Amino acid sequence: MKALCWVGTNKLSVERIPDPEILNPHDAIIRVGLSSVCGSDLHLLDGYVPTMREGDVIGHEFMGEVVEVGPALKNMKRGDRVVVASVVACGGCWFCDTGQYSLCDNGNAHAAVAEKALGYPGAGIFGYSHAFGGYSGSHAQYIRVPFAELGCFKIPDGVGDESALFCSDAFPTGFMAADMCGIEPGDIVAVWGAGGVGLMAMHSAYLLGASRVIAIDRFPERLAMARKHARAETLNYEEVDILEALKEMTGGRGPDRCIDAVGMEAHTTGAEHYYDLVKQQLKIETDRPAVLRQAIMACRKGGTLSIVGVYGGLIDKFPMGAAMNKALTFRMGQMHAQKYIPRLLDYVQGGSVDPAYLLTHRWPLERGPEGYDMFKHKTDKCVRVAFQP
Amino acid sequence: MAAKKRSSRPYAESAGYSPKTPATGTSLVNVGPTERVLSTLAGAALAYAGIQSKSKAGGAALAALGTGLAFRGVAGYCPLNDVFGRDSAAKQPKPIEIKETFTVYRDIDRVYGYWRRFENLPNFMEHLESIEELDQRRSHWVARIPGGLGTVEWDSEVTRDEPNRLIAYQSLPGPQVDQSGEVRFRQAEGGKGTELQVVMHYRAPLGALGQGVAKLLNPALSELIRSDIRRFKMMMETGEVPTIEGQPSGRGHDKG
Repeated sequence: MKALCWVGTNKLSVERIPDPEILNPHDAIIRVGLSSVCGSDLHLLDGYVPTMREGDVIGHEFMGEVVEVGPALKNMKRGDRVVVASVVACGGCWFCDTGQYSLCDNGNAHAAVAEKALGYPGAGIFGYSHAFGGYSGSHAQYIRVPFAELGCFKIPDGVGDESALFCSDAFPTGFMAADMCGIEPGDIVAVWGAGGVGLMAMHSAYLLGASRVIAIDRFPERLAMARKHARAETLNYEEVDILEALKEMTGGRGPDRCIDAVGMEAHTTGAEHYYDLVKQQLKIETDRPAVLRQAIMACRKGGTLSIVGVYGGLIDKFPMGAAMNKALTFRMGQMHAQKYIPRLLDYVQGGSVDPAYLLTHRWPLERGPEGYDMFKHKTDKCVRVAFQP
Repeated sequence: MAAKKRSSRPYAESAGYSPKTPATGTSLVNVGPTERVLSTLAGAALAYAGIQSKSKAGGAALAALGTGLAFRGVAGYCPLNDVFGRDSAAKQPKPIEIKETFTVYRDIDRVYGYWRRFENLPNFMEHLESIEELDQRRSHWVARIPGGLGTVEWDSEVTRDEPNRLIAYQSLPGPQVDQSGEVRFRQAEGGKGTELQVVMHYRAPLGALGQGVAKLLNPALSELIRSDIRRFKMMMETGEVPTIEGQPSGRGHDKG
């Protein structure tokens, strides 16, 4: 089959590789219909996620059709049209049983590697390095899905492929970001990053009762989407001082809840950006936490900071004094896809959110390397490119 | 991550167990560590000299003596010492201890019950080829030596068995393997399943020489046993062991 492989930092290539086979009783094989790029893939491309190996198939946000089911699967059959959680979780451990799927004890085939890096291993993620299990990703014609009954969700009739696709990762991640905020009526929610996840977080904040949502980014087309689709007020951080602007917009109190949908490769203006960039390049710090710093300073006293942008290692100049003395609450994590997907498919089917607008480019897999290049540099107003293998 | 450095206060102690028991202490070891090293080296040298010797009879005698000495060094058992009541092993090297703790999200009787059937152990302990239960207490173990160097076999005996609390076993006297294990089971607080602690003591088969090598290998061995027990947890909780072995990638089929 054809697959998009990571070959090295900023090097991708479309290769012919063997078809996947059932390896475990709870596996299924899915013929991939659509497979989207994700901002977190850029960290892989840029070489900031260790334990990538040459030849790894990347991609973790996808939908498709079941073509083969393992012997232990009872409620799945060939031909089912499904969207698949990007997180590989087992369903049998205490974490899964309590809905914390991304913390699953058994979903990671390389638990010992993750244990060394994190202290305790978390769940697996498709196509996201060997520390997350080393599972082959979805930018391929076929993919093996472990614990498939837990990870695959039948797409309801009337929900299109493009709408279902983003229920795999972007929508549940954005939804969890809003969910972790503990939104109360009257809350103002600020969201850093108006990419796929950030936009979904804005919709979700309203679904969970926010009265106003403010989007922060620098790309006009993304801010326009935030206004048009997610009813957000918008701020371009290249044009205004974010801390001043947020104060003005919130009566001097600051946003009640702040969401970081950017993560470790944050871009900011002025000297701070170059300070972090240089340190990251020199490997003195692994992550550039500009958004995190800004959100801590911006957040209202006693407010909540919810982090779904991905961090990989160590950060520098973390304003702990502000966080502590303002009594902020920090919530964060990889998202618990399996917990949220059924609810999100209901929202999509009911018409309250249709994430299909994120899909700005639908390309064949052969254009994978070009697609990532466009996505990374945000040329051609690209928000998400999805491959159709 | 050497096992020794881990939590100094053993879980076992709080459960009223004293971890002082060294390995089994029952092997027929009556040659001291220094003597074993010298025995092995001298034996090997003699055997080599004997085999190279031009005088056939003398050579054979040397080779036989050398082989005998080498065996004595490797096995730590000397028939002559036995005859003369000599025991130079009174001061044995300390056994190596490996301790691993996991919580398994299953009821204690199920976790204990699966482990107590020793025949199940090779399902998750990769280095074990088979275990045959001879009767309620005794079992015959066959383990693979890493690197395809063959197998070692020994008999083992259950020394304590308290349902849903403890299984302790040790190898029976024999030159090859001197090993003991304690597996403790405890209900986790807050309905989180069963806490499982495995403590293994062993003495390497090559006496002090082997002991030194084993100490160097200890972190790796400790990791092997940890992954064995992780597989146990995975099998109990999901019925399978997650893997990528055999999946396709740009490298062909992955090896795991």
